[in-house]
Amino acid sequence: MSLKGKRILIAKPGLDGHDVGAKIIALALRDAGADVIYTGLRRSPDYIAKVAVDEDVDAVGLSILSGSHKELVEETVRCLTDLDAGDIHIFVGGTIPSEDHDELRGAGARGIFTAEMTVDDVVSAIDADLGA
Amino acid sequence: MSDSAAAPDDNQEEEIARRAPPTKPTTATPSGIEVPPVVTPDMVGDADQGVPGEYPFTRGIFPDGFRGRLWTIRQYSGFGTAEESNERYRFLLDQGQTGLSVALDLPTQCGYDPVDPIAKSEVGKVGVSLSNLAEAEILFDGIDLGGISTSFTINGTASIVYAMYCAVADKRGVPREKLTGTIQNDILKEYVARGTWIFPVRPSLRLIADTILFSYEQTPRFNAISIAGAHVRDAGCTAVEEMGYTLANGLAYIDELIARGGDVEKFARRLSFFFYVHMDFFEEVCKFRAGRRLWAKLLTERYGVQDPKALMFRFGVVCGGSSLIGAQPYNNVVRVGIENMAAVMGGAQSIFTAAFDEAYQIPTEHSAEIAVRTQQIVAHESGIARTVDPLGGSHYVEWLTDRMEEEITKVIEEIEEYGGVTKAVEDGWLQLKIAQRAAERKRKVDDGETVVVGQNYFRREDQNEGVAELFKLDPQASARVIEKFERIRDGRDNGAVEASLAALEKAAATDSENMMPYLINCCHAYATVGEMVATLKKQWGEFQEPVRL
Repeated sequence: MSLKGKRILIAKPGLDGHDVGAKIIALALRDAGADVIYTGLRRSPDYIAKVAVDEDVDAVGLSILSGSHKELVEETVRCLTDLDAGDIHIFVGGTIPSEDHDELRGAGARGIFTAEMTVDDVVSAIDADLGA
Repeated sequence: MSDSAAAPDDNQEEEIARRAPPTKPTTATPSGIEVPPVVTPDMVGDADQGVPGEYPFTRGIFPDGFRGRLWTIRQYSGFGTAEESNERYRFLLDQGQTGLSVALDLPTQCGYDPVDPIAKSEVGKVGVSLSNLAEAEILFDGIDLGGISTSFTINGTASIVYAMYCAVADKRGVPREKLTGTIQNDILKEYVARGTWIFPVRPSLRLIADTILFSYEQTPRFNAISIAGAHVRDAGCTAVEEMGYTLANGLAYIDELIARGGDVEKFARRLSFFFYVHMDFFEEVCKFRAGRRLWAKLLTERYGVQDPKALMFRFGVVCGGSSLIGAQPYNNVVRVGIENMAAVMGGAQSIFTAAFDEAYQIPTEHSAEIAVRTQQIVAHESGIARTVDPLGGSHYVEWLTDRMEEEITKVIEEIEEYGGVTKAVEDGWLQLKIAQRAAERKRKVDDGETVVVGQNYFRREDQNEGVAELFKLDPQASARVIEKFERIRDGRDNGAVEASLAALEKAAATDSENMMPYLINCCHAYATVGEMVATLKKQWGEFQEPVRL
């Protein structure tokens, strides 16, 4: 498994300050060879989309534990599309109830990761998706 | 909750199925303290631990323990609108809860009004929206502020929420000196773990010192700070680090208070603490015994504090947090029961037991009730509250207490060698350490080194990964909050608001004024949280997060 040459933005949209998961995944993706950028806390979807385009990333990982995942994922996808960057892959991690997964996938999320998953499984899912 | 990506989950399930179930306990505590198979009397440093209620308080701060008064049963609760939360509080009080604990939504915690673009998707989500005095009046409607103790989990805007609580009491004619409760008001750990910081470190420390000094004079029964290890713990720290970082933060606040003219003999009485209780029973009990003793020693040795009341380490706890999981969620009831017992044996003054579904949602009324009942069973059926420090004198407990104290001391020394807490936070040094620790903790669970029943061992096919009964937030709640906000803003005396905000800004520009009276005046004028924060930002700026990976 290698993410060498892949550029990934890990982002914290909204006001939620729980960044443990975001940092664990960022460190693991970097260990797997990816170039990882982390936005830090409290970023608007608009800002995240701009950074994603400026940094020419392959994927954006959104970490959301506040329950606002539907709004924030939709908004980020809309901002990326507005910047003609709809081809950037979106992943979502955090406290995401399973009944919301289909809706998030419909909105454009290519993977949904929760705390119960192993880090290896999260990294291989991203690897498989970006390699395809 | 793991139907996310089909292929990887199969890998995980296969790997767990291949693992042989563990048949022996581990020999080290989660903090890494290697434990001998048996502890004999000669291994215990000081066999005489003194008596409860006397320095250094290893066995507890009160001579009669819980016989004088049981701990406060305090459940964290709040969601949606002030009206809905008020209803839930009245329900919990009717069930025998003895203190309120207010959960606030993220816009209130981060200093934004509900109409702010960055706030709009988070109004009323993780707590109640409390943007101005009118909302506070609704939130506490029908609740006796002079007779109930109220705890607010609030940090970045703690001084403002405290000002609002004083203002509600003023309007109701409740004397401020009758107010009891706690604001968390611990900004240092927000920079490290919880993330609701607003201003840079130095003006934030000033604001905290102001609330404590004001509270000592005006609301002497109110705790203006609860120095919290809970969040760094949940973010990945061990029990030793949780206590070590928290005591180090406590010392930093003392230094700031002294610098602002406070008398440590007086204000140290009002410092309180807040921790998580996770699953390793004896390590948790000994963490509290060691922390209580070490704090008393630090205050005596470093600051020459004499008054026994000022040396007493008072703390509240949460049983649950990241020790609760979504897999086989009813097992969490057992976990919380064990943690509840550790909290009692450790001598906590107030206890919050998390509901079993808290790993993934706001608790339902049913799960919230079981959490309260757990405490009542521990308090009234188990008999463990009958005598003070029932584990005291156990060779193992005294040995582990000594070892924990040594390790906690090392954590404090490491921060001081780096240059102190403020520098460690401003540089992002502490944040990086905790992120690395979180990654390590997660790896141990992933690799099966740490056993989590139902998650990485002892799973079965089609097991319950979440509960049938789901809590549903009213989707219209946020719209109602915004509509109410606009109505209040349009109906108030805007001249009075502007005057109170101008006075606030002027006070912020000086270094000497205590900010609290100015904030209370703003609240009385129905200035909003967002307006007060924006005014202070003009003088103080915002914290620039050091992003280090």
